[in-house]
Amino acid sequence: MTATTASDRAGFDPGAEAARATDAILYDTLHGAYRGVVVDSPPGAGKSTLVVRAALELAAAGRPLMVVAQTNAQVDDLVSRLAEKAPDLPVGRLHSNDPDPYDPLLNELPSVRKSAKAADLAGLDVVVSTAAKWAHVQGVEPWRHAIVDEAYQMRSDALLAVAGLFERALFVGDPGQLDPFSVVGADQWAGLSYDPSSSAVATLLAHNPELPQHRLPVSWRLPASAAPLVSDAFYPYTPFRSGTGPADRRLTFAVPSDGSGPDRVVDEAAASGWGLLELPARRTPRTDPEAVSAVALVVRRLLERGGATAGERGPQAAPLTADRVAVGTAHRDQAAAVRAALAGLGVTGVAVDTANRLQGREFDITVVLHPLSGRPDATAFHLETGRLCVLASRHRHACIVVCRAGVPELLDEHPSTEPVQLGVTIKFPDGWEANHAVLSHLAEHRVPWQP
Amino acid sequence: MSLINTLARLEAVESGRAQPLTTVRHRRLSERPMVFVPLTTAGEAGAPLGALVGTDRESPRLLTVAQPRDRDLRFAFLADLAEALLPHLDSYADDVEPAERNETDPETGKRVKVEVDLCVDAPQLIVPNRPGIDFVRLLGRSMRFRRTAEQDPDTPYPAPARVPLLGRWLTHYGERARVPGSSLLLAATDLLNRHWATGQSNLEDQHLGALLAWIDPPDGGSGRDAALRAETDRDRRGQLLCPPAGPATDPAFDNRLLAPAIDEYDRARQSLGAAEDGPGADEQLGRLTRAEREIRALLASQARPTWDAVWRGLDLLRELPEGARVADRWTRDRWSFTGHRDRVRSGEPPQPRHDDAVTAAQKLASRETAQAQLEAQEALDDPLVLAGRRLSGEAFIGEVTDVVMAYSESKRPSPRPLITLYSEDRPQLGERTKVYRSLDGKPQSAEFVGREPGGHGLLVVRLTDRMGRGKEPAEGSVPEKGERIAWTLFEHDQRGGPKLPSTEETPWTHGGPPGVEGAGAAPAGGPVAGDAGAAGPVLGAVHLPESRTPADDARPPSPRPSLPLPLPDPVTEEDFL
Repeated sequence: MTATTASDRAGFDPGAEAARATDAILYDTLHGAYRGVVVDSPPGAGKSTLVVRAALELAAAGRPLMVVAQTNAQVDDLVSRLAEKAPDLPVGRLHSNDPDPYDPLLNELPSVRKSAKAADLAGLDVVVSTAAKWAHVQGVEPWRHAIVDEAYQMRSDALLAVAGLFERALFVGDPGQLDPFSVVGADQWAGLSYDPSSSAVATLLAHNPELPQHRLPVSWRLPASAAPLVSDAFYPYTPFRSGTGPADRRLTFAVPSDGSGPDRVVDEAAASGWGLLELPARRTPRTDPEAVSAVALVVRRLLERGGATAGERGPQAAPLTADRVAVGTAHRDQAAAVRAALAGLGVTGVAVDTANRLQGREFDITVVLHPLSGRPDATAFHLETGRLCVLASRHRHACIVVCRAGVPELLDEHPSTEPVQLGVTIKFPDGWEANHAVLSHLAEHRVPWQP
Repeated sequence: MSLINTLARLEAVESGRAQPLTTVRHRRLSERPMVFVPLTTAGEAGAPLGALVGTDRESPRLLTVAQPRDRDLRFAFLADLAEALLPHLDSYADDVEPAERNETDPETGKRVKVEVDLCVDAPQLIVPNRPGIDFVRLLGRSMRFRRTAEQDPDTPYPAPARVPLLGRWLTHYGERARVPGSSLLLAATDLLNRHWATGQSNLEDQHLGALLAWIDPPDGGSGRDAALRAETDRDRRGQLLCPPAGPATDPAFDNRLLAPAIDEYDRARQSLGAAEDGPGADEQLGRLTRAEREIRALLASQARPTWDAVWRGLDLLRELPEGARVADRWTRDRWSFTGHRDRVRSGEPPQPRHDDAVTAAQKLASRETAQAQLEAQEALDDPLVLAGRRLSGEAFIGEVTDVVMAYSESKRPSPRPLITLYSEDRPQLGERTKVYRSLDGKPQSAEFVGREPGGHGLLVVRLTDRMGRGKEPAEGSVPEKGERIAWTLFEHDQRGGPKLPSTEETPWTHGGPPGVEGAGAAPAGGPVAGDAGAAGPVLGAVHLPESRTPADDARPPSPRPSLPLPLPDPVTEEDFL
């Protein structure tokens, strides 16, 4: 189930499949009769490319549009991509009043106008900003069209605050990633179609079930070794494929293994796309010093051993540099501990962050501190499907998981016990099941810890 | 659970006594709190069994329902409860002071200040535990839609005069209790758990008797042993010495004592009904009175230990001085009380069964703001709470070792002094991380510049605001060498969220405006083309599309459609205070 056979691939042309899906989406967006179009996109399926293309086509059709993204980094990224594709297109970047509200690189783009006031940007073909900033825009003529990016990570109440600004919209997002959350209880609204703590798409579809829903069928990011597992574990009813075949991507290291645990897990991951570095079972605090130092050691060896990546983008192998490696954790204090450990080893330039902040980003190799490693219990937070999905789907080449032994037993002792709320759509698969699926796959790539 | 709470719990396990989590009290305790210990009937939703209620710990008022399934008796109980609670609420309603409130002028749309009354103090309601708070909500829901004969002469089952009003107040208090940091309605267990860590699990901490045993063991001995006794010790009749703090009663009590007593009451009532008149009837009346008295005595035996425990908990909490910013949060509670008082007085209908989309979003936003503010204020008020944040890297205390004057690079350079701090804490500082300190009660911000090379624990931050407009920083706005300053990585104050659309402007993504059936809301997200919605059907749904109407989905099924239900009332800004 985890290996794509040759005959399976025979009738499947990823490029053509993806193009067909994109065409249908654009047709519904430009010519459809409905006020909304929803697009589900698995990890790395070209969501940003789709957003940029849809924006350009809407602009070309003479329909001014607003784009809603969730973070400033996403907004800056979209603006850069738009400017890259259409250097003459007038684009507005609506930003906050904070100091340094946007990426200074935007200053070098002549067609991008930046302002903290929506009125200054009136009349531009495309205006891009965060949901939080759009929510403060008032007293402007509504846009005929909007694109809402990362709509599954947007909360229903955030959509409520901006929905008055547009007449119709294209909603794009990844349903498998982390759901939005609230720091206070929102149980009293559970089951209401407009539960403010649910995702924007959940509310939208609850009120407008007839809206056309599309999905992108091909992940261009995930390698052939990862797409089947991620698809089976996290998207069982909406499967997707990788755009590349098993032989298309290669990860090699110039320096041979020194036989230590970190080196052997790096080699295992280079060969198979997955690696599990297993530490002895133990209950630990969240910032487990041994696990943290193991993560740091793996990262250091990745960078020390002269790694090179080759893929479908070109025949030339590229050196594996620090900016192509990321470390993912569940908690912020874990990320801080890993950062400190890396600094102690003299490693710089590696992105270390929580699953929430790694959402939407892409790297060649990710090193993951397993959310359940060393824990005495499995809470809903640690079992959340999206958290594991984000951590397991950021890489183009390989993913190395560092974990203490005993997590399968821990899972068996803690079946999910969240109360069932009437009227709330149950998400499949649940985190418990997805965690088991990933762990049983990782078990085939297990390397025991020896420093 | 934060690391420092885990440590406190471990210490509690080791020492056998609860450990303090705070050095001050982080909730307001009224000088005259109204304590309410409700009991409910097993297996019967919303059937109160009795209650102890009052402001005088020596003489609580005991209210009972001899046959909880008899709805006449139930409403007599609720009427008594209204008589016990409402005068207390009323006694705060007219003691007011002038205050200003921001409002939007309906004509100009501008924000203007309006002079209004603000109640000087607000009545506080204290229940033993969280299920008690839930029960307050349940009572509120069951009462606020009832109509009195005065409101509606044709109503088939009129409620006693003040019962719907009590339902509205209890609903308001129950809803207010969801706002983090509010003190209008508090559970004694929540109060104690905020201020002490025991050596038992969170679940066990919900047992008021066991919790108090950990914090203040009766004989000064081991809290753990006392907690075990509180949970399990029974008398020779098999009854718990420390009955559960309600509203649910102990099954052993229900089966062995309460059920026979209620049976006897029922039989006495039947015999009284059967007895024609004369001496037989007198005798039966006496029997009925005895049966009723027996039930009252039984319920008192269950509620009184809880009543005393709540007051003992309050005594313990009063030994802690009140945190500096508690008064600020209490002012919001006063606004909340005043706002509801005004709505009741202006004749507005009761709170709707469900929030609409806009109200729900507004409530969630204001509670999130309140939560962040509460966490910040508790840390600023209390060195022990701050220690927890320091331990998790969210705050640090640093001694100023050097101040170097520097200026911003703009046309009119402003002071941006560089402060070097020595700290043994390990804050999670990244490049340009913002940090805040409290300067005369207001936050002053700075950004992290870097660590001094070689010097362990030497951090450099750049002050960025609150130094006045001049070239020279205002007096006292820049720390001096030797000062020890607490810095936090979290903000002290929260910006309010964005303005949401009015309920009538609920967008199509959220089902359109509530209460609009058929024409207006139905084709919300449907085909734009065509004339759907153009024709306005008079009543009912003429142009309903084949799929389910979004507006219908949004509305929960009405439990009792035959009752004349009032329209949901508009929600005003005070609801979010």
